[in-house]
Amino acid sequence: MTDTPKQPETVSVVVDRRRFLTWVVASPALVVAARLGLDVPSAEAAEPIEETALNLYIAIQADGRVVTTLPRTEMGQGITTGVAMLTAEELDTRLESVDVRTADADPRWVIQLTGASSTMRYLAGPIRAAAATARARLVTAAANRWRVPAHTLTTVRGEVIAPDGRRAGYGELAGDAARVLLLLVPATPKPTSEYTVVGQPTGRIDARDIVTGAAKYTLDLDIPDAVPLVVARPPTIRGSVRDFDASTALSMPGVLGVARLPTGVAVAARTYAQAFAARDALRISWAPGPASQLSDTHIRSRLRDAIGARPLPPLFTARTLEGRFDFPYLAHAPMETQGCVARVTGDRAEIWMGAQDPKFVQREVAEALGWVLAPQRVTVHASRAGGGFGRRFFAEAAVEAALAARALGRPVKLMWTRNDDMRHGRYRPASHHRILAYVGANGSILGWNHQAAIPTVELPHGFGDLLTALVGQALPEVTSALFFTLSQHVPYHFGLVSQELREVSIPIPTASFRSVFTSQVGVANEVFIDQLARGLGRDPVELRRSQLKSARLKAVLDKVAQEGQWGRALPPGVAQGVAVLEEWDSAVAHLVEVDVTGEAPRVLRVVIAADVGLPINPKSIEAQLQGAAIDAFSTTLSAGIHIDAGAVREGSFADYRWFRMKHAPAEISVHLVRSDDRVGGVGELGYPSAAAALTNAIARATGTMPTRFPLLDSGA
Amino acid sequence: MPAYQFILNGQTVSVEASADLPLLWALRDQLGVTGPKYGCGVGVCGACTSHLEGEAFRPCIQPIGGVAGTRVTTIEGLGGEGLHPVQQAWIDEDVAQCGFCQPGQIMAAVALLRKNLDPSDADIDAAMSDNVCRCGTYVRIRAAIKRAAHALREAGRAP
Repeated sequence: MTDTPKQPETVSVVVDRRRFLTWVVASPALVVAARLGLDVPSAEAAEPIEETALNLYIAIQADGRVVTTLPRTEMGQGITTGVAMLTAEELDTRLESVDVRTADADPRWVIQLTGASSTMRYLAGPIRAAAATARARLVTAAANRWRVPAHTLTTVRGEVIAPDGRRAGYGELAGDAARVLLLLVPATPKPTSEYTVVGQPTGRIDARDIVTGAAKYTLDLDIPDAVPLVVARPPTIRGSVRDFDASTALSMPGVLGVARLPTGVAVAARTYAQAFAARDALRISWAPGPASQLSDTHIRSRLRDAIGARPLPPLFTARTLEGRFDFPYLAHAPMETQGCVARVTGDRAEIWMGAQDPKFVQREVAEALGWVLAPQRVTVHASRAGGGFGRRFFAEAAVEAALAARALGRPVKLMWTRNDDMRHGRYRPASHHRILAYVGANGSILGWNHQAAIPTVELPHGFGDLLTALVGQALPEVTSALFFTLSQHVPYHFGLVSQELREVSIPIPTASFRSVFTSQVGVANEVFIDQLARGLGRDPVELRRSQLKSARLKAVLDKVAQEGQWGRALPPGVAQGVAVLEEWDSAVAHLVEVDVTGEAPRVLRVVIAADVGLPINPKSIEAQLQGAAIDAFSTTLSAGIHIDAGAVREGSFADYRWFRMKHAPAEISVHLVRSDDRVGGVGELGYPSAAAALTNAIARATGTMPTRFPLLDSGA
Repeated sequence: MPAYQFILNGQTVSVEASADLPLLWALRDQLGVTGPKYGCGVGVCGACTSHLEGEAFRPCIQPIGGVAGTRVTTIEGLGGEGLHPVQQAWIDEDVAQCGFCQPGQIMAAVALLRKNLDPSDADIDAAMSDNVCRCGTYVRIRAAIKRAAHALREAGRAP
C-alpha cells in the first residue's frame, strides 16, 4: 500500500482522552490510516509522520465494502469480529459490510505480534479514530455534492442521508471523500453511550466459514505444486542427526526427495501417508540432545535448590506460614499442529503460516536462508491459525520448510505430526515456588515473600514496543526477568511484599503460555491465600475482601460471591473455591464448585465475574473466559508434561490429558462488571484464577493442601 | 495401484491408492477435501470425524480399502445447499473459537442426534468425549446440541 501522508489532510482525533493522528493514503477509493503506537501528545500532532512506519488502515471501496487491515493474526480469540464491530460502529455501516484482513509480514509494522492480550487494547483507539475520520470525510463529500450544511447530514447503515431524503452510499462517495481538503464536520468518535454495535453480544463473523469447513488453515491452502513434507525427529529434545541412510526411503512409492535439516531429516512425497512410510524407513543415527541427562526428578530438585535461604521476617512477626508449589512443563498443544507452506526460488521465499509474529518468522527464515541483511526477500502470509496460546510466536516450522523447499527445489507443505508437536515443541516451563506469609500476634499480615524458580522463558521474538506502549514508559530489551517484574503483582495489602524470579538454566525449549508467569506465580499466590485463611481461621472471601487494594477486584469478588452463593449449604465432598486476578488492564474473579466424591474431582459449576472495561463483544469475552477456564482446569487436574532422560513422555491427547466433554462443567456463567470505558485485555485473563479457584475448592472439599500440579498426576 | 470408488458427499469419486491408505489423506491430498482436519493421526482427537454410511468415523485410521462402495460424508457435504440444523445451532450458540476441531465436533453431534433426538447430558458426554477442543468450547457445544435437538424435534424431522 502506498503510504504517503499529505500533511494538510492530517487529522488529530481524540479517543478516550488519548490522541491519534489520522490521514488519507493515496488511493482511488477512500483509505484512512491511523497511527499505531504510543499516544501522541497534542504538541506533536502537527509534526510530520514517519513515512517508514505502517499504520492501521480502513479502506472504503467503490462497492461500499469496508476493509480494515491489521498487523494481527486470528487464532480463535475473536479479534476479527471485535475489529469489524468497532469499524462498523464508528462508520455507521453494517457489520456484514466490513472485512478484516491480516497483513503480510513487513518490518515497517512497528508491532506485528499477536499476544499479551493486547490486540483490542492497542488497536481500539486507532480503529475508532480512523473510522471517525472516514465518516467525517464521507459526510463532507456528500455536503459538498449536495451543497447543504454538513451538520444536517446523518449516517445510517452505510449511507449519508440529507434532511430532504437524498441519500448516497459510502461506496459512491469514497472517491470524493478521499479528495476532501477541509472537513466540514469534526472527526469525533461517538461517545460509548451511543453505541449500538459495540457492546452487543455478537456472533463471530467467520462462524459460517468454520461450520461449513470453508475456513482455510495453513495446510488447507491450495498452493500450486506444494508437496507434503514430514520430518523424522530425534528421540530426545533437540537431538541431532549424526548420519543417515535414505536408500530404502527414496525407493518407496511417491517419495520425491529427502533433505537433511538441523532438526532432523525431511521427506517429501506425493501424499502424507507416503511421506510417513518413507520417514519410518529412514535409518538415522542420532546424537542425544542437551537435556538427555535430565528427568523430572532432577529438574524438580534443581528448581528447589534455586530457592534462596529464608529472609529475615519483618518486625513483630509472630509466626511464619510457608507454602511450596510445583508446576509441570506444559505443551501448548493447539489443535492445529505446527505447519508451514514454503516456496523458495532463487533469491525469494514465500511463506504461508499461522504466525503470532510474522515479522519474526520473516527474520528467522531470512537468516536460515543466508539473507540476514535482506529479510524483505521473504514474504510471510499470516494464515488463520488453529489455536496459538503462545506457541505460534516461533518459526521452527517455517525455517524447516524453507530449508527443505530450497534443498528439494520444489514448494513444500510441512506438517508436524501430533507427536512432533508434543515432543519437539516449546513448553511453558516447570517451576517451584516458596511463599512465606508473615503474621503478627493479632493475626495481621505483615509480609509476603514469594520466590519462584523458573527456567528462563525464551522471548527471542521480543515485543517490539508493545509493552512500552502498554506500560507507558520506554523499556530496554524485554527479557524474561523484566517481563516478570512488569507483570507480577500482589493485589493485597500484605505489608512488606517481595516477589523474586530465580531463573534456572535448563536446556529444554520454552515459550510463553497463556497468561505467562501468572499461570504459575499468580496461581500459587491465590492458592496460598486460601492456606493462609485456613491457618488464620478466616473465610477465604472475607480475608481477600479485607486486604484487596483495588475496588475493581472487590467488585468482581463480590459479584461471584453473590451470583455463586458463596457459603451455601452443600453435600459432603462438594465445596466451593474462589480466586481473583487483576492484569492486562482487567480484573476477574472465579468461583468453582467441585465434587470430590467420585474417582476424580468433578467440576460442577463455575461462576466468573470480569471487569474488562468497555466490553466490545460480550459473547467473545464470555467465550474467552469459558475457554481459559477449561485450559486452567485441564492443567490443574490432569494435563502435564513429563521429561524422561531428555525426552517428552506425552505424545498425543491420549496421554496429555486435556479436558473433554465429559470432564467439562455443564455451566460456566460469566458476569460482566464495568468500572470504566478503558479497553482491557481478555485472552489471558481467565486462566490463573480459574486454576486457583479449582485448587481451593478441592482443598476445601478434601481437607488437604494441594501443592503439586497437575493434581491427578500419580508422580514419577 | 488399485482404484477405490466411493460416494463422497453425494458424488462418485475414484482414488488410486494402496488399500491401507488412511482415508484422511485421500480426502485431503488427492480429492482436495480439507474440512476433515489432521489433529493426531491415531484416532484420539476427533478432528477428522466424518460419516461412513451415516455413522461417525475417523478417516485418519480408516483404510481406504474399507470404504470402497460406501457413502462417505464430510463437513462439506453435510448441509447440501444451505446449512444443516446442527451447523445453524453452532452459529446461533457462537460455538467456534479457532474452529479447527469444529467440523469434527459437528459431524459427531449429527451422528449422535441421528440416534437420539433428545440426548441427556450423560448421552452428550458419552458421544462427544472422543473429540478434543483445545479452545475449551464444550459448554457451548453442549448448548448447541440441545438447541439443534430441540429444533429438529419441533420440525419433526431426523437430522
